[in-house]
Amino acid sequence: MFGFTRQHGIAFLVMFAAVVIAPFFLYPVFLMKVLCFALFACAYNLLIGYVGLGSFGHAAFFGMGGYIAAYTAKKWGFNPEIAIITGAAAGAALGAVFGWLSIRRQGIYFAMITLALSQMVYFFCNQASFTGGEDGIQQVPRGNLFGLISLQSDMAMYVVVSVVFLFGFLLIHRIVHSPFGQVLKAIRENEPRATSLGYRTNDYKLIVFILSAGIAGLAGGTKSLVFGIATLTDVANAMSGEVILMTLLGGMGTIFGPVLGAIMIGSIENYLAQLGAWFAVTQGVIFVLCIMFFRRGLLGELAARLKLSL
Amino acid sequence: MSLTRRGLLAATAATAAPFSARAQRPTLKIGVLTDLAGVYQDIVGPLAVECTRLAIADFGVSAKGFDVEIVTADHQNKPDIGASLARQWYDRDGVDIIMEGGSSGVALAVAAVAKDKNKAYINSGGATSDLTGTMCNAQTLHWTYDTYMLAKSTGGAMVKAGGDSWFFITADYAFGHALTRDVGSFVEQGGGKVLGKVATPFPGTTDFSAFLLQAQASGAKVIGLANAGADTINCIKQAREFGIKATLGGLLVFLSDVHSLGLEVCNGLVLTESFYWDLNDRTRAFSERLKAKSPARRAGMAQAGCYSSALHYLKVANDVGVGKFKAAGGADVIEMLKKMPTDDDVFGAGSIRPDGRAIHPSYLFQVKKPSESKGPWDYYKLLSTTPTDQAFRPIADGRCPLIKA
Amino acid sequence: MFMIFGYSSALLFGQLLLGLINGAFYALLSLGLAIIFGMLNIVNFAHGALFMLGAFVAWALLEFLGIPYWWSLLIAPIVVGAFGIILEKVFIARLYKLDHLYGLLLTFGLALVIEGLARNQFGSSGMPFAIPPELQGGTDLGFMFMPNYRGWVVLASASVCLVVWLIIDKTSLGANLRAATENPALVQSFGINVPRMITLTYAAGVALAAFAGVLAAPIYSVNPGMGSSFIITVFAVVVIGGMGSIAGSILTGFGLGIVEGLTKVFYPQGSATVIFVVMVIVLLTRPAGLFGRGGH
Repeated sequence: MFGFTRQHGIAFLVMFAAVVIAPFFLYPVFLMKVLCFALFACAYNLLIGYVGLGSFGHAAFFGMGGYIAAYTAKKWGFNPEIAIITGAAAGAALGAVFGWLSIRRQGIYFAMITLALSQMVYFFCNQASFTGGEDGIQQVPRGNLFGLISLQSDMAMYVVVSVVFLFGFLLIHRIVHSPFGQVLKAIRENEPRATSLGYRTNDYKLIVFILSAGIAGLAGGTKSLVFGIATLTDVANAMSGEVILMTLLGGMGTIFGPVLGAIMIGSIENYLAQLGAWFAVTQGVIFVLCIMFFRRGLLGELAARLKLSL
Repeated sequence: MSLTRRGLLAATAATAAPFSARAQRPTLKIGVLTDLAGVYQDIVGPLAVECTRLAIADFGVSAKGFDVEIVTADHQNKPDIGASLARQWYDRDGVDIIMEGGSSGVALAVAAVAKDKNKAYINSGGATSDLTGTMCNAQTLHWTYDTYMLAKSTGGAMVKAGGDSWFFITADYAFGHALTRDVGSFVEQGGGKVLGKVATPFPGTTDFSAFLLQAQASGAKVIGLANAGADTINCIKQAREFGIKATLGGLLVFLSDVHSLGLEVCNGLVLTESFYWDLNDRTRAFSERLKAKSPARRAGMAQAGCYSSALHYLKVANDVGVGKFKAAGGADVIEMLKKMPTDDDVFGAGSIRPDGRAIHPSYLFQVKKPSESKGPWDYYKLLSTTPTDQAFRPIADGRCPLIKA
Repeated sequence: MFMIFGYSSALLFGQLLLGLINGAFYALLSLGLAIIFGMLNIVNFAHGALFMLGAFVAWALLEFLGIPYWWSLLIAPIVVGAFGIILEKVFIARLYKLDHLYGLLLTFGLALVIEGLARNQFGSSGMPFAIPPELQGGTDLGFMFMPNYRGWVVLASASVCLVVWLIIDKTSLGANLRAATENPALVQSFGINVPRMITLTYAAGVALAAFAGVLAAPIYSVNPGMGSSFIITVFAVVVIGGMGSIAGSILTGFGLGIVEGLTKVFYPQGSATVIFVVMVIVLLTRPAGLFGRGGH
């Protein structure tokens, strides 16, 4: 039903099993963080990997989704599922504005418009009173799912996060492997040809931009409920850089690559936290190595070696 | 910097090794959560870790029948990173108490986690007075200073000394505005006037000359710098360049900032700290002991505060009995800490209030002229002292929920 | 003194002049970026880190060898330029045939490494660096006090920009350079070593960044993060001017300095964001930038 090939089916089952088993061995809060970033990276990949649009401002959607989910959960007492959906909707709405403005340009110019717009969003979030400035929105309650099930325990929250992640992942997979997704790939390979075939490519680009932004907002909203906090970190342009790194490391245009990238970057961040500035250095070195030696990313290279599509 | 990361790791290994050899002894695990690589790394950072270590050495834990293990991590000044590290330490790594704990945003986030997990937390580097005000909780102490203390000392005392008209250069975020508001109210209480303020983008401002000239045009006697780190440094450097006549009031300036600017540029600046190495015999003795471990840098108040808080924590642990102490929840541990008066070489005698505020005197300093300085790190002369009972915000004004009205 | 929109003219003139001075830094930095982009087709995100490196080299020369500021103006660009040659040979040269995105991400990674290492070595609160004794003090212009050093900054930046523009636009060396970007094979066949020329162009671009770094050292905090606060703004300047347009980047640099200066009077909070507003408007109305040719 999700258009899985055999390979994808097996890979998905492996991933699903890992998601189910992992919290019994690893620290669930760490896993939740990784899942949120994995979903964020998948959303980013939808845009850069499948349409070839390299956005430099995706933190805006992730961060805004986080702020809106946190705000509605804390101030308006929304149930967690409603708060997360509201966060996703906020991401999508912002994405509509960004997309409408930026898809008129391509390549580096597209990237620069998204960068500039995200700088403005950062400015807005720093100024607006509802975001709590640099303290952020703190002590956001996880609340009760559907008003019934308390998410206070990490395991309960983990179940919600993994459902959100799997839902987002399958949604992206479905989009990519639909007729709509075929048109996207045609645009990526040769936009003038897609236009000449009668596709209104800008409409397609805008829709996929909004979808990508919405899923990024979904990830951001979920993350803010997990940690009970939404801050400027998630709208800052360093976050846009981080999601590019995850996607690049895992493999742009591979469906599982961004997940792998998020796991790796998340682990590095976690285990090198005591190393201070060496963390930034490590990040930089990974960037350089990726670009120099495996531009297709870990999974992209693996897939190419094994002649698989992953 | 003499304090290299390799040195730190080696030191961690050194404290960890005897522990594994004598695993049956009770061990307290202190997590120092700090900024190891960002804009505040010289204000807290590696030297704060070193100060914590010195407290352990000075207390002589090994002779007292228990061990102390220190773990460190970098919160990158991001509240969400700080909160998730804190969670992990409390949940999974068996950390008994988190110390230092960073700038305002991180401090509030970690305090929320401490409350959630009922674990102990003592902040030293954070500025926000909300930590013992509306956001206070039973698991958290605020040790070294806060915005109220800075505002009262720098704002109030400077007005008394004749600096009765002010213009603020305010970093455009919550901290900058809060500091401006607090200092402004002390200035007005003291009979001074606030002539104006300008909000500067944060981050992203390098050139402050435009704002300094606006300040000068206002005719104010004092320009209050409601910002921190590189912003403050740029302001001071450029004020000197443009020959600004007004006195600069540094609202959050630390010894390391003065060190990095040099006296040539910095002299005349007025600022507040609760500790200075050359204040009295006890601070000098402390600083000599620290110098043996870290010869290149002298501690500022936030770093020295880590020594003070760690020493107090160990004293109480020893008094109560480490086994019992370790088994207690965060709120109980903090309650025990509050009961015992504090006394150490850094802050002298003091105490901890029910709202979690550790109190001691605050000092208004002026940075010396190069000709007055006898050598490296001889930077401050004392202008005035605010005594312990007046240095911090009265409990009743803080609206801390722990305090029954 | 008269009033304009409720502001005294003295204040406004002062702010215009200060904007121009900041524009001098933007112009120097964006000039280097534009050269590198124009000739190498690489978006050099490491530019900010190399600017910082220039300032640190000047500091180190003074601190350890007692070499004064004036020599640093010459030595630091050479040292950093040599470092640029290594970067180009080892890393960047392998990316010329690829999409811009890769060059940008690679140089972004390099910037993280350089800044991270500097932070490990020197901490974050920065190094003291005094204004050279010859340029201390200032002149009262009537509407503001003008530090002599700032006057020197504008003078130095404007002359360097002019010289570079003349070289590229008016000399045979510049003609070869421009030809090499259009058709490297043809220029190579004339017996010109194109790869070496490209390497030296990169070195020249980063040398300009280092020069700007030395100029900045006496007035801005010399710390490892000093470049990263500039780089995105400077990027915006290059994009607004028209990617690769030499004259465009210089004029836009000074112009946006002034726009920013005025914003500091009327809406100070927005002074760091105004450039991005301008960038979006320019890109949407003139895709190739104000001075660019062609474009999308």
